[in-house]
Amino acid sequence: MGNLLDIRHLTVVYHTEEDEVHALSDVSFSLQKGETLGLVGETGAGKTTTALAIMGLLPRRVGEVQSGEILFEGRDLLRCSDADMRAIRGASISMIFQDPMTSLNPTIRIGDQIAESIRQHQPDMKRADVERRVDEILEMVGIPAARKREYPHQFSGGMKQRVVIAIALALEPQLLIADEPTTALDVTIQAQVLQMMGDLQRQLGTSTILITHDLGVVSQTCDRVAVMYAGEIVEVGTAEDIFLGKTHHPYTTGLFGSLPDLNRETRRLSPIDGLMPDPADLPKGCRFNPRCPHCTALCRECEPELTARGSHAIRCHLMGKEERA
Amino acid sequence: MSTPLLETRDLKKYFKTPAGMLHAVDGVSLTIGEGETLGVVGESGCGKSTLGRTVLRLLEPTAGQVLYRGEDITTFDKRRMFAARQEMQMIFQDPYASLNPRLSVSEIIAEPLIVGKLCRNAHEMNERIGGLMETVGLAPRFAHSYPHELDGGRRQRIGIARALATNPRFIVCDEPVSALDVSIQAQILNLLMDLQEDKGLSYMFITHDLSVVKHISSHIAVMYLGQCVEYAGTKELFANPLHPYTRALLAAIPVIDITRRGKRIETIQGEVTSPIEPAPGCRFAPRCAYATEACRQEQRLCQVSEGHWVACCRAAGEEA
Repeated sequence: MGNLLDIRHLTVVYHTEEDEVHALSDVSFSLQKGETLGLVGETGAGKTTTALAIMGLLPRRVGEVQSGEILFEGRDLLRCSDADMRAIRGASISMIFQDPMTSLNPTIRIGDQIAESIRQHQPDMKRADVERRVDEILEMVGIPAARKREYPHQFSGGMKQRVVIAIALALEPQLLIADEPTTALDVTIQAQVLQMMGDLQRQLGTSTILITHDLGVVSQTCDRVAVMYAGEIVEVGTAEDIFLGKTHHPYTTGLFGSLPDLNRETRRLSPIDGLMPDPADLPKGCRFNPRCPHCTALCRECEPELTARGSHAIRCHLMGKEERA
Repeated sequence: MSTPLLETRDLKKYFKTPAGMLHAVDGVSLTIGEGETLGVVGESGCGKSTLGRTVLRLLEPTAGQVLYRGEDITTFDKRRMFAARQEMQMIFQDPYASLNPRLSVSEIIAEPLIVGKLCRNAHEMNERIGGLMETVGLAPRFAHSYPHELDGGRRQRIGIARALATNPRFIVCDEPVSALDVSIQAQILNLLMDLQEDKGLSYMFITHDLSVVKHISSHIAVMYLGQCVEYAGTKELFANPLHPYTRALLAAIPVIDITRRGKRIETIQGEVTSPIEPAPGCRFAPRCAYATEACRQEQRLCQVSEGHWVACCRAAGEEA
């Protein structure tokens, strides 16, 4: 099966007044049809920048793609014209944002907001057909069609996120990018929404990139996982590689150590010392070296490559050594 | 059991709204022992933050009592309350909103010392501030920084230093780590637990994150729509949850377990009903799969085994 999406050596910088901020460096990954990829990392790791780059929504002038390709069905999105991108966005690739409270227009009835994206891409569709499609998609996300004449403020947070999902899926896109879709929701509502997203994904055969910091959510929904740190992918593999594998990038290990485990008694957590480096002032060598418990002289000098072993790749000098030994 | 450090008895806080009385906290009775941590969990709107504020009288309770070392602080006058507050402090959720942006770190930590007249001179004050910063792991070089120059984790450390300034015995922690990234969250949780060990503090730890609450608490109270539906020791609650809501809440936690991938978990349907003029009877009944006629009666917390309380007629009956 071919890859739906292929990102190769993507490098993005943001130009601010004072600095050049290295948001993404040499990010490569691919996504197959029907697959769910989890993009994990903490604030500032570059998860959202990756999503915006795919959508062609990086802030103009400030954000610059310095190099790389984003191949969607073999076509480089970075070379598409604005008009082409407008046709792709919403129809072939759509995105769900974190905060359902701010991604809906408070002054437009939710039915009209769903219809808007349909009309945008299928201007010839008859009004009655559009309405029928709106009803259908609302029922699909578990909202009675009768509520389409209500405004966003009349819905709860979980329901609003369902509306946002309805808009994103209205045209049955091949790729859905979900940026922290359930972070703002309570756990019981999160479970409902995740379950519904999974059902719809299987039904429509959509590929998904799920951006989140919640490793629990990732373990229950994703086929493959990429861990990001300071603008780089430090580890990527199947869910089994990441959650059951023995070798990991020290950052991934630290991330797991920071989580209180419900199934085990741990008196103390073992967090990662220090903070993520300033992306405008990255350390020399491996970007994780100032916080890494296994740091060597080599780590402070040379940047490690992403070393693959089967489906599992890790960006760490220690990995390479093991391999040679 | 010795006298608990803090006890609430049938504590109520109602808010007047145009649509009627909003029952934010509705008859909560809890105890926290010396050196213990009571975790208060529940989803947004269940009244857990209001409970925390009412306990400290930052909000005046509508009815009920708050006993601190056996004395009802709701009857205290201004002067006695001032003294009591020295021992009862609070750490807030949002380290971005709870620090005055126009004060430097040392000025923020100095405020409770000045208000409480706890230092005799500037020298003593500076020493005390330095000591507090060291306790919470803030390097001295940040003393003259402003909150906006620091990251979330360091800001939360300032909030903790400020709360510790008056040498409190009891601290209400209102979602102190939910705004932080996991690696920073772990640093702050470790700090709070170390402080508890060193100083024998008692915490009321309010959070929606069940894995955090399990990690830090000795006892847990589960709240739903202003009421405490289950109260037990942490181990007992996770091993043997009785209330249907507690069970649903535990089932909904996304634990790291790839064997659960793609499998259906039992989610509760529907959403939280309105806390405004709630109907009598069990408030969870409209979403509960086991609701019966008996659930229309008011449910009181009943002890089903040593130290395990539940407000559900079915669960209580099952156990007996």
